This record gives sequence, structure tokens and C-alpha cells, in this order.
Amino acid sequence: MVSLKTELCGIELDNPLIPASGTFGFGYEFNEIYDINCLGSFSFKGTTLNPRFGNPTPRIAECERGMINSVGLQNPGVDKVISEELPKLKKCFHKPVMANVSGFSIEEYVETVKKLDKEDIIGWFEINISCPNVHGGGMSFGVSPENAGAVTKAVKAVTSKPVIIKLSPNVTDIVAIAKACEENGADGISLINTLLGMKIDLKRRRPVVANKMGGFSGPAIKPVAVRMVYQVYEAVSIPIVGGGGVSTAEDVIEMMLAGASAVEIGAANLVDPMACPKIIEDLPRVMEKYGIKNLKDIIGGAH
Amino acid sequence: MKDLIFKILTNKQIAKNTYEMVLMGDCTDIKCGQFVNIKLDGFYLRRPISVCCVEGNELTLIYKVVGGGTEAMAKMERDTELLVLTGLGNGYDTGLSGEKPLLIGGGAGVPPMYQLARELTKEGKSVSVILGFNSKDEVFYEEEFKKLGANVIVATADGSYGVKGFVTDAFNMVDYTYFYTCGPEPMLKAVYNNTATSGQFSFEERMGCGFGACMGCSCKTKYGNKRICKDGPVLQKEEIIW
Ligand SMILES: Cc1cc2nc3c(=O)[nH]c(=O)nc-3n(C[C@H](O)[C@H](O)[C@H](O)COP(=O)(O)OP(=O)(O)OC[C@H]3O[C@@H](n4cnc5c(N)ncnc54)[C@H](O)[C@@H]3O)c2cc1C
Ligand SMILES: Cc1cc2nc3c(=O)[nH]c(=O)nc-3n(C[C@H](O)[C@H](O)[C@H](O)COP(=O)(O)O)c2cc1C
Ligand code: FES
Repeated sequence: MVSLKTELCGIELDNPLIPASGTFGFGYEFNEIYDINCLGSFSFKGTTLNPRFGNPTPRIAECERGMINSVGLQNPGVDKVISEELPKLKKCFHKPVMANVSGFSIEEYVETVKKLDKEDIIGWFEINISCPNVHGGGMSFGVSPENAGAVTKAVKAVTSKPVIIKLSPNVTDIVAIAKACEENGADGISLINTLLGMKIDLKRRRPVVANKMGGFSGPAIKPVAVRMVYQVYEAVSIPIVGGGGVSTAEDVIEMMLAGASAVEIGAANLVDPMACPKIIEDLPRVMEKYGIKNLKDIIGGAH
Repeated sequence: MKDLIFKILTNKQIAKNTYEMVLMGDCTDIKCGQFVNIKLDGFYLRRPISVCCVEGNELTLIYKVVGGGTEAMAKMERDTELLVLTGLGNGYDTGLSGEKPLLIGGGAGVPPMYQLARELTKEGKSVSVILGFNSKDEVFYEEEFKKLGANVIVATADGSYGVKGFVTDAFNMVDYTYFYTCGPEPMLKAVYNNTATSGQFSFEERMGCGFGACMGCSCKTKYGNKRICKDGPVLQKEEIIW
């Protein structure tokens, strides 16, 4: 008998699988085809203080072993998330869920977290700092250690739930940013978010997505993600949620060996809605193949 | 929604760049006006294709070769197995058709009109169909629609077959109580501007998932934001914002 159990910021998970924010809605679409309680947890759609329609369409471009999205954080806003989405989520999911929060100013992150903090079903906050700071000339919070640290500190001050900061990979020194988050009280680090990418339509001679650029994700980005998880694991002592291109049980093990305590699955859910249950079912076989009894034991095993 | 293995029974060219694929599998979840999302080896995202005909355990799709994915589909042989996500989208509401529904299909938008025509004729409605193509060599399914007993008019943009012009140029030849349409967006807009009755429009958008999870296919309507893949692809005339 092998054990898939792991732990994230003091909360036990039945297995390390966490569908990534923006690829799993609020869970109930997937509950139509499988019981989503088989998951470790999931991170719900990036929520902002105000409703957002997001970017113009087309928002999606197919790439080699991956995709670009420029959804632009479409969500109904935190009040409707609480009044309409969370009740539906609670009907089908009975474990602690991860609340993914985005903002365009520090005040916005704080206000959104304050409102969500009262919800019992939320186990962790996952703070997406890849968003542009409207007071910072549109530069993303995630690209400077000072801004990343400031968001962390402000959010920590208004919640007692674990705060996980989700880092952008579009930076020169990921370690400096992860350290700044840890120093300002982060309980965990999640990485990586999407890489900035572009796809050009040869017939139209224009970028495929209306926003020109978008977030590149899928199997093609996995080596970058594994490298970053590995580097951050060496530099911080808080747990890491690793993700980026994970699509198989082998990928989950690779992420954990790099240093992840839990593993996020993003784009794979979109191309195969059964991706997560398939991985969970396959994990024991692959663990046996590599002589792993407890998944927990291999966290950071590649160091 | 179900993710199922289908087996190819036939796959043949029926007009210029246009192929008909008949698949065998569990069709219990498939409704008129819905679409399926097909996994293809070597391509990351699935390909959305409308339900053209569903009968027993046979599903017919008609697709136009426009890029790598549809090109790969055109080369597929009998007995090849495909992973197909079925039961996607809302589908057409036949209850609103009145006695004389008009079906307007343009190019790759013709296929979903076929299953709709089958259901409406079965319900005893007097169905008219206007099919629009660029030229004669692209025309398909005229006979199939006629066999259902529908009044069929074909329009070609270059005048090489049937009425010369666009689908809207044939509107004065039919009398209708309601309409259903699918086709390229400029055509849909022309239909919107030239129809006197209410109707239903089927839209296309680039999709990430096809089942409502990614927000890749959103549009604004008079009744709020909708996802083409889940709350559509069919929208009512009254809710559309151009
Ligand atoms: C709900 C719906 C129903 C459809 N029904 C049919 C049908 O019955 N018959 C038919 O011939 N075509 C249909 N299409 C269009 C069909 O999905 C595209 O032609 C096909 O995906 C092109 O794939 P490709 O690899 O050949 O082209 P490429 O251009 O190489 O594809 C690249 C990417 O763009 C996407 N894409 C390209 N064109 C379209 C498009 N028009 N709409 C959505 N995504 C697109 C592809 O899915 C792929 O992800 C439908 C589209 C939608 C959204
Ligand atoms: C369609 C789409 C929407 C996304 N939306 C969000 C979001 O709202 N918040 C967020 O933190 N990350 C978002 N992401 C990033 C994913 O959560 C994930 O970090 C990233 O896609 C890398 O993982 P993957 O390669 O497994 O997809 C989104 C990704 C996709 C593909
Ligand atoms: S394509 Fe994902 S929500 Fe419509």
C-alpha cells in the first residue's frame, strides 16, 4: 500500500493534486463528469474586488505542446463569488478549497481577502501577483521583491488563514521574489503562473489573440517550472505548490522531487477534463515503479 | 457531458475541402445544435465540430479543411478511434419555431442545420432551408435536405449555382414564422439585419475547453456575459449585441 497523502501549511491533503486557478472554474462543471472530492483540493477562478469581463476575444491560441490564454481575469467579482459561486461549489466539494485572489492595487487585494476570509470552505489564500499594479505604471506586482513583499504583508495582516503567494515566472530572479514573500510572512509559495507568449496567424499576419500577448502554459513550460521550483526550494523554508505543464503522474513526482509539497494541474484539465482523476489513479503504479511508498517522503528529494 | 471513444465508420470528401465523417459510439448525450470536441494526436487543444446528424449510435460530422487539425482529420481511415467530448453547448430550441421555420446555413455553418431540419420536419413543420456557399464546387447536402421534404434554396456568391448572391438575397423567396442560423459572422450579422421575425443564432469562438471552465470563449449579451461553449453556442436574436 502506498500513501498519496501530503500536507500544505498545516492542512492535510488526501493527495497532492490541486487543479490550478482559471482552469477549473468553481468546480461544478467538472463535478458533472467525476466526483471532484477525489482531488487534494482545487484553486478557484481568480477573484477580484469588482466584476471583470476580461479581454476581447479571441482569447485562446493553440501552440506546440501548450496554449496561450488572454482571458484577462474574467470573474463576477468577490460579492457574487460569495453569493452565487461558493454556494454551488459547497454543494459538490467538501474539502478546504484554495481561494485565488487577484488585484490591481494593494487595497484591492486586502478588500477582497477580507470579504472571503469569513468563508469556512476556504482553506488557503493563493495570491496571484502576476497582475499589473495600476499605481505602478502597469508593472506587475510579481516582478519586484519590494512589491511582492508589500502585497504579502498587507494580506497577511487581514487573515488568519494560510497565505500562499503565486509567483510570476516572467522575472529575472525568482529566488529574490520568493524570499521577499517569505520575509513578509507568506505561509507558502505557488509557482509558476503562465509565461508571457505570443502566437502569430500566418494567414492574417497578426497575433491570434486579440490582446496580442497572453499567458503560455501546458507541457512545453514544464522544464522552466521544475527549474524554478527547485531554485525556490533551496532558498525558502515554507512549503511550495509546484505547477506548470504537469499532465501525468510522472510529472507530479518530478515536481515533488524538485521541492513541491502539492502540485497544480492547469491546462491539462481543459484538454482532458478527466486529467486529474486519471493521474490520481495512475500515481500508485508509478510510485511503485520508482520505489516510492509515501509521496510525502520525496518532497525535495532531488536536492 | 461525456468523454467517449468513437470509431470512424466512413470519412469521405463531399465537396471542395469539405468532408463528412460518420462515427460510431454512445450518442445518448447528444442534442441538436450542440457540438462535440475532438482530441487529435499531435494537437494540444481539441477541435470543436457541430453535430450534423445523430441517429442511434451513429454521429455524422461535416468539416471543412482549414488548418492542420482538420487536415489530419481528412486523412483518417475507417476504424480509427477518436476521443470525443459529447453533449456540449445548449442546442437549438425547436419549440419556438412556429409552423414555417426558416433554416439559414452558410458554408461550415450548414451542418448543424441538417439535424435541426430532421427534427423540425419530424414535428410536422413546413421547413424552408437557404444554404449559402461561395461557389458550385463547395455545395453539399442539397439532396439530403430535399429528401427530408424541406423547401431548399441554394445561393452561391459567384452565381455558379442556384441564386446568385448571399443567403439574404433569397429571403424574398420564402415565407417564414421564425428562423435558425449558423455560419460565418458577417453572414450572421446580415441575417440579423434582414430578418423580420425572431430567431436563434449559433456562434463560433476559439475555445480552450469547450465545457465552460476556462472563460476563453466569453461574449457580452443583453442578459449578461455568456460562454459560447456552455451558455451557447445558440443565442436568441433578442439578446445579441453586435
Ligand atoms: C461550436 C463550434 C462548432 C463548429 N462546427 C464546425 C463544423 O460543423 N464544421 C466545420 O467545418 N467547422 C466547425 N467549426 C470550426 C472548427 O472548429 C475549426 O475549423 C477547426 O477547429 C479548425 O482546426 P484546424 O486545426 O484545422 O485549424 P487551425 O487554424 O490550424 O487551428 C488552430 C486553432 O484554432 C482553432 N480554430 C480555428 N478556426 C476556428 C473556428 N472557426 N472556430 C473555433 N476555433 C477555431 C482550432 O480549434 C485550433 O485550436 C466549429 C467551431 C465551433 C466553435
Ligand atoms: C485559461 C487559463 C486561465 C487562468 N487563470 C488564472 C487565474 O485566474 N489566476 C491565476 O493565478 N492563474 C491563472 N492561470 C494560470 C494557471 O493557474 C497555471 O498557473 C498555469 O496555467 C500553469 O500551469 P499549466 O501549465 O498546468 O497550465 C490560468 C491559466 C489558464 C490556462
Ligand atoms: S471554451 Fe472554455 S469556457 Fe468556453
